[in-house]
Amino acid sequence: MATPGNITEPKGITRHLLRLNSWLVFVFFYAPIVILVIFSFSDNRNVGVWGGLTFDWYRDFADNEPIKGALTNSLQIAVVSTLVAVVLGTLAALALERFTFRGRKVFDALLYLPIIIPDVTMAVMMLLFFAQLAQWFEFTKGFGTIVISHIAFNISFVSVVVRARLAGSDERLEEAAMDLYASRWQAFRYVTLPLIMPGILGGALLAFTLSLDDVVITQFVTGPGWDTLPVFVFGLIRKGVTPLINAVSVVMLVASTLLVALSLFIQRARSTD
Amino acid sequence: MRTRIAGVQPPRQATPEFEAANLRQRKRRGLLMALPAYTYLVTFFALPLLVVVVYSFATRNRFGGTDLSGWNLDSYQQIGNELVRQVLVRSLILALITTALCLVISYPFAYFMSTRKPVVRNLMLVFVMIPFWTNFLVRNYAWYVILGTDGPLSRITEFVGIGATRVLFTQTAVVLGLVYGFLPFMILPLYAAIERIDGRLLEASRDLYASGLQSFRHVLLPLSMPGVVAGSILVFIPSLGAYVTPEVLGGAKTTLLGSYIVTQFLSSRNMPFGAALSTVLMVIMLTAALVYFRRGGRTL
Repeated sequence: MATPGNITEPKGITRHLLRLNSWLVFVFFYAPIVILVIFSFSDNRNVGVWGGLTFDWYRDFADNEPIKGALTNSLQIAVVSTLVAVVLGTLAALALERFTFRGRKVFDALLYLPIIIPDVTMAVMMLLFFAQLAQWFEFTKGFGTIVISHIAFNISFVSVVVRARLAGSDERLEEAAMDLYASRWQAFRYVTLPLIMPGILGGALLAFTLSLDDVVITQFVTGPGWDTLPVFVFGLIRKGVTPLINAVSVVMLVASTLLVALSLFIQRARSTD
Repeated sequence: MRTRIAGVQPPRQATPEFEAANLRQRKRRGLLMALPAYTYLVTFFALPLLVVVVYSFATRNRFGGTDLSGWNLDSYQQIGNELVRQVLVRSLILALITTALCLVISYPFAYFMSTRKPVVRNLMLVFVMIPFWTNFLVRNYAWYVILGTDGPLSRITEFVGIGATRVLFTQTAVVLGLVYGFLPFMILPLYAAIERIDGRLLEASRDLYASGLQSFRHVLLPLSMPGVVAGSILVFIPSLGAYVTPEVLGGAKTTLLGSYIVTQFLSSRNMPFGAALSTVLMVIMLTAALVYFRRGGRTL
Protein backbone atom coordinates (compact mmCIF):
# COMPACT_ATOMS: atom_id res chain seq x y z
CA MET A 1 0.00 0.00 0.00
CA ALA A 2 1.46 3.29 -1.03
CA THR A 3 1.39 5.98 1.61
CA PRO A 4 1.35 9.62 0.61
CA GLY A 5 4.99 10.62 0.57
CA ASN A 6 7.29 7.76 1.39
CA ILE A 7 10.03 8.38 3.89
CA THR A 8 13.19 9.24 2.02
CA GLU A 9 16.59 7.89 2.87
CA PRO A 10 18.72 10.25 4.96
CA LYS A 11 22.00 11.45 3.53
CA GLY A 12 25.58 11.33 4.71
CA ILE A 13 26.94 9.11 7.43
CA THR A 14 23.49 8.23 8.84
CA ARG A 15 22.66 6.50 5.61
CA HIS A 16 25.69 4.22 5.84
CA LEU A 17 25.07 3.48 9.50
CA LEU A 18 21.48 2.49 8.72
CA ARG A 19 22.64 0.16 5.97
CA LEU A 20 25.27 -1.39 8.19
CA ASN A 21 22.77 -1.91 11.01
CA SER A 22 20.36 -3.69 8.69
CA TRP A 23 23.02 -6.03 7.36
CA LEU A 24 24.15 -6.77 10.91
CA VAL A 25 20.58 -7.62 11.91
CA PHE A 26 20.34 -10.17 9.11
CA VAL A 27 23.74 -11.63 10.03
CA PHE A 28 22.54 -11.85 13.63
CA PHE A 29 19.37 -13.63 12.49
CA TYR A 30 20.94 -16.16 10.18
CA ALA A 31 24.55 -16.75 11.30
CA PRO A 32 23.56 -18.95 14.28
CA ILE A 33 21.34 -21.03 12.02
CA VAL A 34 24.14 -21.49 9.48
CA ILE A 35 26.61 -22.39 12.23
CA LEU A 36 24.19 -24.97 13.65
CA VAL A 37 23.79 -26.56 10.22
CA ILE A 38 27.58 -26.68 9.75
CA PHE A 39 28.22 -28.32 13.10
CA SER A 40 25.54 -30.93 12.50
CA PHE A 41 28.02 -32.41 9.99
CA SER A 42 30.96 -32.24 12.40
CA ASP A 43 32.70 -35.44 13.45
CA ASN A 44 33.33 -34.47 17.07
CA ARG A 45 31.56 -35.38 20.33
CA ASN A 46 31.77 -31.73 21.40
CA VAL A 47 28.82 -29.97 19.72
CA GLY A 48 30.70 -26.74 18.98
CA VAL A 49 34.03 -28.10 17.75
CA TRP A 50 34.76 -28.97 14.13
CA GLY A 51 36.15 -32.48 13.61
CA GLY A 52 35.82 -33.24 9.93
CA LEU A 53 32.81 -34.01 7.76
CA THR A 54 30.41 -36.78 8.77
CA PHE A 55 26.79 -37.78 8.23
CA ASP A 56 26.78 -40.05 11.30
CA TRP A 57 24.49 -37.84 13.36
CA TYR A 58 21.80 -37.94 10.70
CA ARG A 59 22.24 -41.71 10.48
CA ASP A 60 21.87 -41.90 14.28
CA PHE A 61 18.71 -39.87 13.96
CA ALA A 62 17.29 -42.28 11.40
CA ASP A 63 18.17 -45.28 13.60
CA ASN A 64 16.94 -43.81 16.87
CA GLU A 65 13.58 -45.39 17.75
CA PRO A 66 12.57 -43.00 20.60
CA ILE A 67 13.19 -39.99 18.37
CA LYS A 68 11.22 -41.47 15.51
CA GLY A 69 8.42 -42.26 17.97
CA ALA A 70 8.45 -38.66 19.20
CA LEU A 71 8.36 -37.42 15.61
CA THR A 72 5.30 -39.58 14.88
CA ASN A 73 3.60 -38.26 18.02
CA SER A 74 4.36 -34.68 16.96
CA LEU A 75 2.88 -35.19 13.51
CA GLN A 76 -0.28 -36.92 14.75
CA ILE A 77 -0.91 -34.20 17.32
CA ALA A 78 -0.21 -31.41 14.83
CA VAL A 79 -2.58 -32.84 12.20
CA VAL A 80 -5.52 -33.36 14.56
CA SER A 81 -5.13 -30.05 16.42
CA THR A 82 -4.76 -28.15 13.14
CA LEU A 83 -7.89 -29.66 11.59
CA VAL A 84 -10.07 -28.79 14.58
CA ALA A 85 -8.54 -25.35 15.05
CA VAL A 86 -9.04 -24.47 11.37
CA VAL A 87 -12.77 -25.24 11.47
CA LEU A 88 -13.40 -23.46 14.78
CA GLY A 89 -11.06 -20.54 14.00
CA THR A 90 -12.53 -19.91 10.54
CA LEU A 91 -16.09 -19.93 11.87
CA ALA A 92 -15.04 -17.53 14.62
CA ALA A 93 -13.38 -15.22 12.09
CA LEU A 94 -16.49 -15.19 9.89
CA ALA A 95 -18.73 -14.48 12.87
CA LEU A 96 -16.55 -11.58 14.03
CA GLU A 97 -15.96 -9.99 10.64
CA ARG A 98 -19.37 -10.46 9.03
CA PHE A 99 -21.90 -10.57 11.87
CA THR A 100 -22.79 -8.84 15.08
CA PHE A 101 -23.97 -10.82 18.06
CA ARG A 102 -24.31 -10.53 21.78
CA GLY A 103 -20.99 -11.00 23.61
CA ARG A 104 -19.00 -10.14 20.50
CA LYS A 105 -16.54 -7.91 22.35
CA VAL A 106 -15.87 -10.47 25.09
CA PHE A 107 -15.33 -13.13 22.45
CA ASP A 108 -12.94 -10.86 20.56
CA ALA A 109 -10.86 -10.30 23.69
CA LEU A 110 -10.96 -14.00 24.62
CA LEU A 111 -9.64 -14.87 21.17
CA TYR A 112 -6.61 -12.60 21.59
CA LEU A 113 -5.61 -13.90 25.02
CA PRO A 114 -4.01 -17.22 23.98
CA ILE A 115 -1.74 -15.29 21.58
CA ILE A 116 -0.36 -12.85 24.12
CA ILE A 117 -0.31 -15.01 27.26
CA PRO A 118 3.19 -16.27 28.15
CA ASP A 119 3.75 -19.98 27.40
CA VAL A 120 4.51 -20.74 31.01
CA THR A 121 1.23 -19.28 32.23
CA MET A 122 -0.77 -21.28 29.73
CA ALA A 123 1.19 -24.41 30.62
CA VAL A 124 0.37 -23.91 34.31
CA MET A 125 -3.29 -23.31 33.44
CA MET A 126 -3.60 -26.54 31.51
CA LEU A 127 -1.65 -28.55 34.11
CA LEU A 128 -3.88 -27.47 36.99
CA PHE A 129 -7.03 -27.77 34.88
CA PHE A 130 -6.30 -31.39 33.96
CA ALA A 131 -5.11 -32.15 37.51
CA GLN A 132 -8.43 -30.89 38.84
CA LEU A 133 -10.37 -32.73 36.15
CA ALA A 134 -8.53 -35.96 36.99
CA GLN A 135 -10.07 -35.88 40.44
CA TRP A 136 -13.54 -36.16 38.95
CA PHE A 137 -13.02 -38.21 35.79
CA GLU A 138 -10.74 -41.07 34.93
CA PHE A 139 -8.27 -40.31 32.14
CA THR A 140 -4.54 -40.49 31.51
CA LYS A 141 -2.61 -37.58 30.12
CA GLY A 142 -1.28 -37.99 26.61
CA PHE A 143 -2.65 -37.51 23.12
CA GLY A 144 -5.99 -36.07 24.25
CA THR A 145 -4.67 -33.55 26.73
CA ILE A 146 -1.95 -32.34 24.33
CA VAL A 147 -4.39 -31.96 21.42
CA ILE A 148 -6.91 -30.09 23.60
CA SER A 149 -4.21 -27.64 24.72
CA HIS A 150 -2.85 -27.10 21.22
CA ILE A 151 -6.32 -26.43 19.80
CA ALA A 152 -6.82 -23.84 22.55
CA PHE A 153 -3.97 -21.67 21.27
CA ASN A 154 -4.29 -22.55 17.58
CA ILE A 155 -7.92 -21.34 17.25
CA SER A 156 -6.70 -17.82 17.99
CA PHE A 157 -3.88 -17.87 15.45
CA VAL A 158 -6.11 -19.29 12.70
CA SER A 159 -8.82 -16.73 13.37
CA VAL A 160 -6.33 -13.83 13.28
CA VAL A 161 -5.00 -14.90 9.87
CA VAL A 162 -8.46 -15.58 8.40
CA ARG A 163 -9.82 -12.29 9.76
CA ALA A 164 -7.01 -10.36 8.12
CA ARG A 165 -8.02 -11.95 4.82
CA LEU A 166 -11.74 -11.32 5.39
CA ALA A 167 -11.16 -7.69 6.33
CA GLY A 168 -9.39 -7.19 3.02
CA SER A 169 -12.17 -8.72 0.92
CA ASP A 170 -15.26 -6.89 -0.24
CA GLU A 171 -18.46 -7.83 1.55
CA ARG A 172 -20.52 -6.52 -1.35
CA LEU A 173 -19.45 -9.49 -3.47
CA GLU A 174 -21.49 -11.79 -1.25
CA GLU A 175 -24.41 -9.37 -1.28
CA ALA A 176 -24.24 -9.25 -5.06
CA ALA A 177 -24.32 -13.05 -5.20
CA MET A 178 -27.39 -13.13 -2.99
CA ASP A 179 -29.09 -10.42 -5.01
CA LEU A 180 -28.60 -12.76 -7.94
CA TYR A 181 -30.60 -15.40 -6.06
CA ALA A 182 -27.74 -17.39 -4.59
CA SER A 183 -28.75 -18.94 -1.27
CA ARG A 184 -26.67 -18.03 1.77
CA TRP A 185 -24.88 -21.36 1.50
CA GLN A 186 -24.21 -20.89 -2.22
CA ALA A 187 -22.88 -17.39 -1.64
CA PHE A 188 -20.59 -18.74 1.03
CA ARG A 189 -19.49 -21.80 -0.95
CA TYR A 190 -18.87 -20.06 -4.27
CA VAL A 191 -17.91 -16.51 -3.25
CA THR A 192 -16.68 -16.18 0.33
CA LEU A 193 -14.85 -19.48 0.66
CA PRO A 194 -12.68 -19.11 -2.46
CA LEU A 195 -11.88 -15.54 -1.38
CA ILE A 196 -10.64 -16.50 2.07
CA MET A 197 -9.04 -19.82 1.07
CA PRO A 198 -5.48 -18.40 1.10
CA GLY A 199 -6.14 -17.15 4.64
CA ILE A 200 -7.47 -20.53 5.74
CA LEU A 201 -4.52 -22.42 4.26
CA GLY A 202 -2.04 -19.91 5.66
CA GLY A 203 -3.66 -20.17 9.08
CA ALA A 204 -3.62 -23.97 8.88
CA LEU A 205 0.10 -24.07 8.09
CA LEU A 206 0.79 -21.62 10.88
CA ALA A 207 -1.22 -23.72 13.34
CA PHE A 208 0.57 -26.86 12.16
CA THR A 209 3.97 -25.20 12.68
CA LEU A 210 3.07 -23.85 16.11
CA SER A 211 1.83 -27.25 17.20
CA LEU A 212 5.02 -28.92 15.95
CA ASP A 213 7.18 -26.32 17.72
CA ASP A 214 5.56 -26.10 21.14
CA VAL A 215 7.69 -27.25 24.07
CA VAL A 216 6.52 -25.61 27.26
CA ILE A 217 2.79 -26.30 27.17
CA THR A 218 3.23 -29.81 25.78
CA GLN A 219 5.75 -30.67 28.48
CA PHE A 220 3.14 -29.87 31.13
CA VAL A 221 0.28 -31.88 29.64
CA THR A 222 2.09 -34.86 28.10
CA GLY A 223 1.75 -38.37 29.47
CA PRO A 224 3.66 -41.64 29.28
CA GLY A 225 4.72 -42.42 25.71
CA TRP A 226 3.46 -39.14 24.31
CA ASP A 227 6.56 -36.93 24.32
CA THR A 228 6.66 -34.82 21.17
CA LEU A 229 9.91 -34.18 19.28
CA PRO A 230 10.64 -30.76 20.85
CA VAL A 231 9.85 -32.08 24.34
CA PHE A 232 12.18 -35.03 23.73
CA VAL A 233 14.95 -32.75 22.42
CA PHE A 234 14.49 -30.35 25.34
CA GLY A 235 14.97 -33.30 27.70
CA LEU A 236 18.13 -34.34 25.83
CA ILE A 237 19.58 -30.81 26.02
CA ARG A 238 19.06 -30.72 29.75
CA LYS A 239 20.55 -34.18 30.30
CA GLY A 240 23.70 -33.49 28.32
CA VAL A 241 24.25 -32.35 24.82
CA THR A 242 25.33 -34.70 22.01
CA PRO A 243 25.82 -33.88 18.31
CA LEU A 244 22.71 -35.96 17.63
CA ILE A 245 20.74 -32.93 18.86
CA ASN A 246 22.41 -30.79 16.20
CA ALA A 247 21.11 -33.11 13.49
CA VAL A 248 17.59 -33.31 14.95
CA SER A 249 17.55 -29.51 15.35
CA VAL A 250 18.50 -28.98 11.73
CA VAL A 251 15.72 -31.31 10.58
CA MET A 252 13.19 -29.41 12.73
CA LEU A 253 14.57 -26.11 11.45
CA VAL A 254 14.26 -27.11 7.82
CA ALA A 255 10.74 -28.46 8.36
CA SER A 256 9.41 -25.34 10.07
CA THR A 257 11.16 -22.99 7.64
CA LEU A 258 9.58 -24.79 4.69
CA LEU A 259 6.15 -24.69 6.33
CA VAL A 260 6.38 -20.99 7.08
CA ALA A 261 7.71 -20.11 3.67
CA LEU A 262 4.79 -22.04 2.17
CA SER A 263 2.38 -20.24 4.50
CA LEU A 264 3.72 -16.81 3.55
CA PHE A 265 3.60 -17.73 -0.11
CA ILE A 266 -0.02 -18.87 0.07
CA GLN A 267 -1.12 -15.82 2.05
CA ARG A 268 0.48 -13.51 -0.45
CA ALA A 269 -0.95 -15.28 -3.46
CA ARG A 270 -3.90 -13.49 -4.95
CA SER A 271 -7.00 -15.64 -5.25
CA THR A 272 -7.49 -16.97 -8.77
CA ASP A 273 -9.86 -14.29 -9.95
CA MET B 1 -26.41 -33.69 -3.66
CA ARG B 2 -29.84 -32.19 -3.93
CA THR B 3 -30.24 -29.66 -6.66
CA ARG B 4 -31.62 -26.38 -5.58
CA ILE B 5 -33.94 -24.50 -7.84
CA ALA B 6 -33.51 -20.80 -7.56
CA GLY B 7 -37.20 -20.41 -6.85
CA VAL B 8 -39.29 -17.37 -6.79
CA GLN B 9 -38.50 -15.48 -3.63
CA PRO B 10 -40.77 -12.75 -2.36
CA PRO B 11 -39.28 -9.39 -3.27
CA ARG B 12 -37.28 -7.93 -0.43
CA GLN B 13 -38.80 -4.82 0.96
CA ALA B 14 -37.01 -2.49 3.29
CA THR B 15 -39.86 -2.15 5.74
CA PRO B 16 -38.87 -1.52 9.40
CA GLU B 17 -40.23 -4.97 10.31
CA PHE B 18 -38.17 -6.60 7.61
CA GLU B 19 -35.02 -4.75 8.70
CA ALA B 20 -35.54 -5.74 12.34
CA ALA B 21 -36.17 -9.38 11.43
CA ASN B 22 -33.13 -9.35 9.21
CA LEU B 23 -30.94 -7.94 11.97
CA ARG B 24 -32.24 -10.52 14.45
CA GLN B 25 -31.51 -13.30 12.00
CA ARG B 26 -27.99 -12.01 11.39
CA LYS B 27 -27.33 -11.85 15.11
CA ARG B 28 -28.56 -15.42 15.54
CA ARG B 29 -26.37 -16.68 12.71
CA GLY B 30 -23.36 -14.79 14.05
CA LEU B 31 -23.75 -16.28 17.50
CA LEU B 32 -24.27 -19.73 16.02
CA MET B 33 -21.02 -19.49 14.07
CA ALA B 34 -19.04 -18.13 16.98
CA LEU B 35 -20.50 -20.66 19.41
CA PRO B 36 -18.14 -23.64 18.81
CA ALA B 37 -14.96 -21.60 19.26
CA TYR B 38 -16.56 -19.58 22.05
CA THR B 39 -17.55 -22.69 23.99
CA TYR B 40 -14.16 -24.24 23.38
CA LEU B 41 -12.21 -21.24 24.64
CA VAL B 42 -14.43 -20.80 27.67
CA THR B 43 -14.02 -24.47 28.59
CA PHE B 44 -10.37 -24.99 27.75
CA PHE B 45 -8.94 -21.52 28.26
CA ALA B 46 -11.04 -19.29 30.52
CA LEU B 47 -11.87 -22.12 32.92
CA PRO B 48 -8.21 -23.24 33.31
CA LEU B 49 -7.34 -19.58 33.89
CA LEU B 50 -9.90 -19.49 36.68
CA VAL B 51 -8.49 -22.72 38.16
CA VAL B 52 -5.06 -21.07 38.45
CA VAL B 53 -6.51 -18.10 40.31
CA VAL B 54 -8.47 -20.42 42.64
CA TYR B 55 -5.37 -22.54 43.33
CA SER B 56 -3.37 -19.46 44.26
CA PHE B 57 -5.59 -19.04 47.32
CA ALA B 58 -5.44 -22.74 48.32
CA THR B 59 -3.12 -24.50 50.79
CA ARG B 60 -0.27 -26.88 50.07
CA ASN B 61 -0.54 -30.04 52.16
CA ARG B 62 2.27 -32.16 53.58
CA PHE B 63 2.30 -34.57 50.63
CA GLY B 64 2.94 -31.89 48.05
CA GLY B 65 -0.69 -31.91 47.04
CA THR B 66 -3.10 -29.05 47.29
CA ASP B 67 -6.07 -28.74 49.65
CA LEU B 68 -8.88 -26.74 48.14
CA SER B 69 -10.01 -25.39 51.49
CA GLY B 70 -8.84 -22.94 54.11
CA TRP B 71 -8.45 -20.18 51.57
CA ASN B 72 -5.66 -17.75 52.37
CA LEU B 73 -3.22 -15.22 50.98
CA ASP B 74 -0.08 -17.07 52.14
CA SER B 75 1.15 -17.69 48.61
CA TYR B 76 1.00 -14.00 47.80
CA GLN B 77 2.78 -13.11 51.03
CA GLN B 78 5.54 -15.56 50.04
CA ILE B 79 6.31 -13.29 47.08
CA GLY B 80 7.79 -10.82 49.57
CA ASN B 81 10.48 -13.34 50.60
CA GLU B 82 14.10 -12.38 49.96
CA LEU B 83 14.77 -15.21 47.48
CA VAL B 84 11.57 -14.63 45.53
CA ARG B 85 12.20 -10.90 45.40
CA GLN B 86 15.65 -11.59 43.96
CA VAL B 87 14.15 -13.71 41.18
CA LEU B 88 11.50 -11.08 40.45
CA VAL B 89 13.95 -8.19 40.38
CA ARG B 90 16.39 -10.15 38.22
CA SER B 91 13.62 -11.08 35.79
CA LEU B 92 12.43 -7.48 35.58
CA ILE B 93 15.95 -6.18 34.96
CA LEU B 94 16.80 -8.79 32.33
CA ALA B 95 13.44 -8.29 30.60
CA LEU B 96 14.01 -4.51 30.57
CA ILE B 97 17.54 -4.88 29.18
CA THR B 98 16.21 -7.26 26.51
CA THR B 99 13.47 -4.80 25.56
CA ALA B 100 15.87 -1.85 25.42
CA LEU B 101 18.37 -3.77 23.26
CA CYS B 102 15.62 -4.90 20.89
CA LEU B 103 14.36 -1.31 20.60
CA VAL B 104 17.81 0.12 19.87
CA ILE B 105 18.52 -2.52 17.20
CA SER B 106 15.05 -2.54 15.66
CA TYR B 107 14.28 1.15 15.36
CA PRO B 108 16.95 2.01 12.78
CA PHE B 109 16.23 -1.30 11.04
CA ALA B 110 12.51 -0.58 10.78
CA TYR B 111 13.24 2.97 9.66
CA PHE B 112 15.64 1.79 6.98
CA MET B 113 13.07 -0.76 5.83
CA SER B 114 10.47 1.99 5.41
CA THR B 115 12.79 3.91 3.07
CA ARG B 116 13.14 0.95 0.69
CA LYS B 117 11.21 0.20 -2.49
CA PRO B 118 8.10 -1.99 -1.95
CA VAL B 119 9.81 -5.06 -3.48
CA VAL B 120 12.82 -4.81 -1.18
CA ARG B 121 10.57 -4.08 1.78
CA ASN B 122 8.51 -7.20 1.26
CA LEU B 123 11.63 -9.28 0.83
CA MET B 124 13.08 -7.89 4.07
CA LEU B 125 9.76 -8.60 5.77
CA VAL B 126 9.85 -12.23 4.68
CA PHE B 127 13.40 -12.63 5.99
CA VAL B 128 12.34 -11.18 9.33
CA MET B 129 9.27 -13.43 9.43
CA ILE B 130 11.13 -16.69 8.82
CA PRO B 131 13.02 -16.70 12.15
CA PHE B 132 9.84 -15.37 13.78
CA TRP B 133 8.06 -18.67 13.17
CA THR B 134 10.94 -21.14 13.24
CA ASN B 135 11.40 -23.38 16.22
CA PHE B 136 12.22 -21.32 19.29
CA LEU B 137 13.98 -24.15 21.11
CA VAL B 138 16.22 -24.84 18.13
CA ARG B 139 17.11 -21.16 17.76
CA ASN B 140 18.15 -21.02 21.42
CA TYR B 141 20.07 -24.25 21.05
CA ALA B 142 22.05 -22.71 18.18
CA TRP B 143 23.44 -20.20 20.68
CA TYR B 144 24.30 -23.05 23.02
CA VAL B 145 26.54 -24.43 20.26
CA ILE B 146 28.10 -21.03 19.55
CA LEU B 147 28.72 -19.90 23.12
CA GLY B 148 29.95 -23.15 24.69
CA THR B 149 33.46 -24.05 25.85
CA ASP B 150 35.76 -24.30 22.80
CA GLY B 151 32.81 -23.20 20.70
CA PRO B 152 33.03 -20.91 17.66
CA LEU B 153 32.81 -17.69 19.69
CA SER B 154 35.57 -18.77 22.01
CA ARG B 155 37.71 -19.66 19.00
CA ILE B 156 37.19 -16.20 17.54
CA THR B 157 38.08 -14.38 20.76
CA GLU B 158 41.17 -16.57 21.14
CA PHE B 159 42.16 -15.77 17.58
CA VAL B 160 41.67 -12.04 18.11
CA GLY B 161 43.78 -12.26 21.24
CA ILE B 162 41.20 -11.66 23.99
CA GLY B 163 41.57 -15.25 25.14
CA ALA B 164 39.05 -18.06 25.50
CA THR B 165 35.60 -16.97 26.61
CA ARG B 166 32.71 -18.89 28.01
CA VAL B 167 29.54 -16.86 27.81
CA LEU B 168 27.30 -19.92 28.14
CA PHE B 169 25.39 -20.25 31.43
CA THR B 170 25.68 -16.54 32.24
CA GLN B 171 23.10 -13.77 32.27
CA THR B 172 24.68 -12.35 29.13
CA ALA B 173 23.89 -15.60 27.31
CA VAL B 174 20.28 -15.43 28.51
CA VAL B 175 19.85 -11.83 27.34
CA LEU B 176 21.45 -12.73 24.01
CA GLY B 177 19.05 -15.65 23.58
CA LEU B 178 16.06 -13.50 24.51
CA VAL B 179 17.02 -10.69 22.11
CA TYR B 180 17.57 -13.26 19.37
CA GLY B 181 14.24 -14.89 20.08
CA PHE B 182 12.08 -11.79 20.38
CA LEU B 183 13.68 -9.30 17.97
CA PRO B 184 10.99 -9.85 15.28
CA PHE B 185 8.31 -8.99 17.87
CA MET B 186 9.88 -5.52 18.02
CA ILE B 187 10.68 -5.05 14.33
CA LEU B 188 7.21 -5.87 13.00
CA PRO B 189 5.09 -3.36 14.99
CA LEU B 190 7.79 -0.69 14.65
CA TYR B 191 7.86 -1.15 10.90
CA ALA B 192 4.04 -1.05 10.76
CA ALA B 193 4.08 2.27 12.64
CA ILE B 194 6.93 3.95 10.77
CA GLU B 195 5.80 2.82 7.33
CA ARG B 196 2.49 4.62 7.86
CA ILE B 197 4.14 7.99 8.55
CA ASP B 198 3.87 10.64 5.86
CA GLY B 199 7.43 11.34 4.78
CA ARG B 200 6.51 14.91 3.84
CA LEU B 201 6.17 15.76 7.54
CA LEU B 202 9.82 14.89 8.07
CA GLU B 203 10.83 16.92 5.02
CA ALA B 204 8.77 19.87 6.24
CA SER B 205 10.57 19.82 9.59
CA ARG B 206 13.92 19.83 7.81
CA ASP B 207 12.80 22.68 5.56
CA LEU B 208 12.03 24.63 8.72
CA TYR B 209 15.65 24.25 9.80
CA ALA B 210 15.26 21.35 12.23
CA SER B 211 18.47 19.36 12.59
CA GLY B 212 18.31 15.62 11.88
CA LEU B 213 18.19 14.95 15.59
CA GLN B 214 15.46 17.51 16.22
CA SER B 215 13.42 16.14 13.36
CA PHE B 216 13.73 12.66 14.86
CA ARG B 217 12.99 13.81 18.39
CA HIS B 218 9.98 16.01 17.59
CA VAL B 219 8.45 14.41 14.49
CA LEU B 220 9.50 10.82 13.79
CA LEU B 221 9.59 9.52 17.36
CA PRO B 222 6.21 10.92 18.50
CA LEU B 223 4.54 9.64 15.31
CA SER B 224 6.01 6.17 15.71
CA MET B 225 5.21 5.95 19.43
CA PRO B 226 2.37 3.40 19.00
CA GLY B 227 4.87 1.03 17.39
CA VAL B 228 7.41 1.61 20.15
CA VAL B 229 4.81 0.86 22.83
CA ALA B 230 3.45 -2.21 21.03
CA GLY B 231 6.89 -3.64 20.30
CA SER B 232 8.12 -3.06 23.84
CA ILE B 233 5.13 -4.85 25.32
CA LEU B 234 5.42 -7.73 22.88
CA VAL B 235 9.08 -8.22 23.85
CA PHE B 236 8.80 -7.45 27.56
CA ILE B 237 5.97 -9.89 28.37
CA PRO B 238 7.46 -13.08 26.89
CA SER B 239 10.91 -12.12 28.25
CA LEU B 240 9.46 -11.87 31.74
CA GLY B 241 7.83 -15.28 31.39
CA ALA B 242 10.75 -16.88 29.54
CA TYR B 243 11.39 -20.48 30.44
CA VAL B 244 13.14 -22.22 27.54
CA THR B 245 15.93 -19.63 27.12
CA PRO B 246 17.16 -19.57 30.73
CA GLU B 247 16.88 -23.38 30.85
CA VAL B 248 19.04 -23.85 27.75
CA LEU B 249 21.46 -20.92 27.98
CA GLY B 250 21.34 -19.94 31.64
CA GLY B 251 23.00 -21.40 34.70
CA ALA B 252 22.15 -21.79 38.37
CA LYS B 253 22.28 -18.06 39.03
CA THR B 254 20.03 -17.05 36.19
CA THR B 255 16.69 -18.40 37.36
CA LEU B 256 14.00 -16.18 35.89
CA LEU B 257 10.33 -15.87 36.74
CA GLY B 258 9.29 -18.37 34.07
CA SER B 259 11.66 -21.13 35.20
CA TYR B 260 10.92 -20.33 38.82
CA ILE B 261 7.21 -20.89 38.24
CA VAL B 262 7.90 -24.20 36.50
CA THR B 263 10.07 -25.32 39.44
CA GLN B 264 7.14 -24.82 41.78
CA PHE B 265 5.16 -27.39 39.82
CA LEU B 266 7.71 -29.91 38.63
CA SER B 267 10.13 -30.13 41.59
CA SER B 268 9.07 -28.12 44.66
CA ARG B 269 5.47 -29.26 44.35
CA ASN B 270 4.21 -26.00 45.81
CA MET B 271 1.30 -25.50 43.46
CA PRO B 272 -0.51 -22.66 45.27
CA PHE B 273 2.69 -20.59 45.25
CA GLY B 274 3.32 -21.37 41.58
CA ALA B 275 -0.30 -20.46 40.85
CA ALA B 276 0.11 -17.15 42.71
CA LEU B 277 3.24 -16.30 40.69
CA SER B 278 1.40 -17.21 37.47
CA THR B 279 -1.49 -14.98 38.50
CA VAL B 280 0.89 -12.08 39.07
CA LEU B 281 2.46 -12.66 35.65
CA MET B 282 -1.02 -12.81 34.14
CA VAL B 283 -2.06 -9.51 35.75
CA ILE B 284 1.09 -7.81 34.42
CA MET B 285 0.36 -9.29 31.00
CA LEU B 286 -3.28 -8.15 31.00
CA THR B 287 -2.34 -4.63 32.09
CA ALA B 288 0.20 -4.43 29.28
CA ALA B 289 -2.31 -5.83 26.78
CA LEU B 290 -4.84 -3.20 27.83
CA VAL B 291 -2.28 -0.45 27.22
CA TYR B 292 -1.49 -2.05 23.85
CA PHE B 293 -5.09 -2.11 22.65
CA ARG B 294 -5.81 1.36 24.03
CA ARG B 295 -2.98 2.57 21.85
CA GLY B 296 -4.78 1.13 18.91
CA GLY B 297 -2.43 -1.80 18.47
CA ARG B 298 -3.99 -4.65 16.52
CA THR B 299 -1.50 -6.80 14.76
CA LEU B 300 1.58 -8.73 15.73
